[in-house]
Parts: sequence; structure tokens; C-alpha cells
Amino acid sequence: MALLRSIAISSNKTITLARSARSLTTATLPPLPYSYDALEPVISGEIMMLHHQKHHQTYVTNYNSALELLHTAMDKGDVSAVVGLQSAVKFNGGGHINHSIFWKNLRPVNAGGGEPPHKKLGWQIDTDFGSFNALISKMNAEGAALQGSGWVWLAFDKELKRLKVETTANQDPLVTKGATLVPLLGIDVWEHAYYLQYKNVKLEYLKNIWKIINWEYAGEVYEKEAQ
Amino acid sequence: MQPATACASSGLTIPWLRRCSSLRVKCSTSQRAHCASTSTADTAEPIEPIEPIDPIETDPEPDPEPFKLKPLPYPFNALEPHMSKETVEYHWERHHRGHVDSLNAIIQGTEFAEMELENMVLTSYNEGNPLPFFVHASQVWNHDFFWETMKPGGGGNPSGVLKYLIERDFGSLDELAKEIQNAALTQFGSGWVWLAYKAHRLGVGNDINPRPSKKDKRLVVVKTPNAVSPLVWDYYPLLAIDVWEHAYYMDYENRRGDYVSVFLDKLISWDVVSYRLKNAMFRASKREKMEKREMLLDKMKEATLRVKVRPTPKARPKMKRRQY
Repeated sequence: MALLRSIAISSNKTITLARSARSLTTATLPPLPYSYDALEPVISGEIMMLHHQKHHQTYVTNYNSALELLHTAMDKGDVSAVVGLQSAVKFNGGGHINHSIFWKNLRPVNAGGGEPPHKKLGWQIDTDFGSFNALISKMNAEGAALQGSGWVWLAFDKELKRLKVETTANQDPLVTKGATLVPLLGIDVWEHAYYLQYKNVKLEYLKNIWKIINWEYAGEVYEKEAQ
Repeated sequence: MQPATACASSGLTIPWLRRCSSLRVKCSTSQRAHCASTSTADTAEPIEPIEPIDPIETDPEPDPEPFKLKPLPYPFNALEPHMSKETVEYHWERHHRGHVDSLNAIIQGTEFAEMELENMVLTSYNEGNPLPFFVHASQVWNHDFFWETMKPGGGGNPSGVLKYLIERDFGSLDELAKEIQNAALTQFGSGWVWLAYKAHRLGVGNDINPRPSKKDKRLVVVKTPNAVSPLVWDYYPLLAIDVWEHAYYMDYENRRGDYVSVFLDKLISWDVVSYRLKNAMFRASKREKMEKREMLLDKMKEATLRVKVRPTPKARPKMKRRQY
């Protein structure tokens, strides 16, 4: 977005903004890299379809409309409207970000899903958590303990150069827990991600999802950030 | 049970008689004659003294289930087709029961086990820094409240005081429905939507409203995250809608708005809401009276402290009358 803005502060209290030439880039729903039923039996096709076509699409649509309203409010200089829209932008925008990462984190079993990480990421996991299984237990425990809706993340701290397990509430993106955190893996523990299949047994869902995790993608992100 | 006492004279065992009653009501005529002839007040054997029960030396076993899961007011399929049998069953059997079991496991044997549930919710909320079992206690309370808010064949329109207050504070039932919808759709994440009666005072010394009006006590729509309820804000909840996804996902998938509008059209029991409102208004006015009374008593105490007590007149010797 190219901003052309000049601020003229008059002797009284008004601050005027020149018309900004800003283009609005809206979000779009990314396509899934696999078919809806490719992740069976870990996650049913019904859940995948609802999750992608309804939930993620709703986040995208609402984010776009919030963005439009924000654009108008910013142009008019309506500060209270700008502030009032922040929660909608955070929620829907965060939902879009998180789910876009989530689809890449999953992979059908026959395409390599579930294969443990090798090389650098594998060593980093052993260094920071002791073993691969220790990491899995920790993430499952954090996910099960999370009250309400949220996400469990395997994050890489760019500054400290180490891996961390974090949780965020609702649709807060990982950066709300630390500006230097990069998400490698995110697991959606909102009820819509597992309820139709696992009902309230969240732990079962968390144990099974490791069979379809795409460690290759996590490894790529890690290697890019660890330079 | 008294040990059977044998009447020494006749040898009859009369279990309920400590000694021969002077009225001799239970004895036969011949017996009475005999007793009369012997003419001693006390002819029965002395009663063996009852051994005192040993005092309880150890504390009784803590109740493993201080709280029981309250049964539903209607069968699982009573809310069909608006809320399916599976939803009600899973919701009550797994989620609600799960919270009851977790709560019992945590508080068993502690001092919290003696508390009332509502009291426990307020205590464990701990003014925003909740104790670990707050979520369970609050969810148990919330779900009890939620099941009672619904009834088979619900819906319709409110009446009486509730109708008056809805129209006064929201304009119309449709406006109220709109506000509830808005609250449900902007509750980002899990939580609850409530209609509450707000009558509380701030509880600080200077919270005297300089222009009090009847509208200070009014209905409000509030939304709360996860397990919180408006009890912690000193409101009186009147109706609750569970907007955790498990409450509607199997029937409505992601369409929370549809679920809420069906709830208000077809499931809600306005009778229960009216009853709760009357209860709330009564409790609020009683509380207000008590608070006013306490304030007056405090003022009176202050006033009496400031008043100078006139000392009792000194005892003076009486003046003698002069004898002229």
C-alpha cells in the first residue's frame, strides 16, 4: 500500500490529512493442497470441508469487510471507528493467518505426512526438548489444558535461536506472544476442528493429528529463519 | 431403644416403660391391683444406664461427590428438532458431567466443598485472578442455568414485568433479539451470551447517584468469554445462551446466528426468565433497603459520637430549710 499523507497541524486542535492514495489489498481463501478426504481417517472429509469452506471463508469475508470499513474510517479520520474495528480485524485477520498456516502444516499420509523431522530441525528439537516424543507430549499437554478456543504452536524464536511451545487464545496470531516468534507448526484446538469426529475427546484428536503433520514444511521455514 | 424393663412385681416386660407409671395405663387390672397393694412408687427394676455413644474420634470421610450432576428438566429428545438429541446428550453427559467430576476431584476435602455453588463461583473468580477450579465451578453453574432456560415447546412472547422492562430498555422484543444476535456473533471464541438485570452499586463510599431514576435498574445484554458469568459483576442473570461450539456444532455447524435465533424463537422459556426477573428485583430491592439501613445506622453512630453528653448533675447536699 502506497501512502501519500501530509499532516497539517493548525494552531487549534484539528489535524487534517490529505487524501491518501492507498490501494486496498483484500485477502482470498487459499486452496487446499490436497482433497478434502485426503486426511482421513485422522480428520474426516466433512470436518475439512466445513473448516475450509465455511470457517476459513467466513474469516476471509469478514476480514475484507472490516478492512473496507477501516479504510473508510481512516480516510474520514474517524478515530473511534478505527479503534472500534481493531477487534474485528484482529479476530478475522488472525483467523485467516492461522488457518493458512494450518493447511500447509497438514499432509496426507501417503504424501509423507507424519514422517518425523530430519536434519536441522530434528537436531534442534532434540536440543531444546530432549526428544521428539517429549515435544509431542508437551504440545498435547498444552493443547489439552487450553480452556476455551485457541491454538497450540511450535514456534521458533528468531532472537534466542530456540524452539518454544506456545498457546494463543481464540484467533490471536503467534506474534501476539512475542514479536520474534515464527510459527513452524500450529494445531487448531477450537472445537470446530475436531468436534464432529472426536466429540469432546480433544486429547484423542491431538494424539492422532501427529500422523498427518507436514514436518517438511516446518523444516523449510525453520531453515529459512535460522540463517 | 430402652432395654426391656421387667416389672418386678408381675414379671411382665414392658419395653417402653422405664418404671411403673403412676398412671398405670399399660398394665392390666389385676396388675394394677397388685401394684396398688404393694404401694411403693418404685417397684420396677432400675433401668440399666444407657451407655453413652463414643464420641467420634476421627473426622468423617470427606464426601467424594460434594456436587452432583443435576438431572435435565426434560428428556434428551424433548428439544427436537431445534436441538437434537445427540447434542443435548453429549452436552449434558460429557461436557456438563465432565465439569462436575473435575470440580469434585479438585475441591473434595477442602473448605470449598461446604460452599454453595454460587458462592464458590464468586470466591474462585477471585476478582479476575481465577483459581484453578473456577472454570469448572462456573461451567457447572452456567450449564444448570442454561438447561433451565430452555423448555420443550418454548418461544412465544414475554409478558408482564419482563415485557414492560424489555420494551422500556430495548424498545421491542425484536430489538432485544438483534442485540443478543450481535453479542453472540461478536463473542470471538467460546463464551456465553446473557440477558441480565443490572441493579448493583459500585460498592465504594462515594457511589451515590446524584440523580437517581427508576432506569438505574435495568436489563442489559452481556457477553462473557469461556466460563465467566455476569454473577462476578454483581448482575442478576436472567437467561443464558451457550455459544461454545459444542452447544450447536452438530446441528448448525458454523452458523451461530441461526442457532441463536432458533433459541429465541423456539427454545426459550419466558416463564422461567420472568420468574428469575421477579426474584432478581425482589433481592435487589431488599439489598438496597439493607444497604440504606446500614448507611443510616452508620450516620447515626457518627452523629451520636459528635453529640456532647451532658454530665449528670453533681450530687449536691440538699439545702436545709431554715426554721423560722
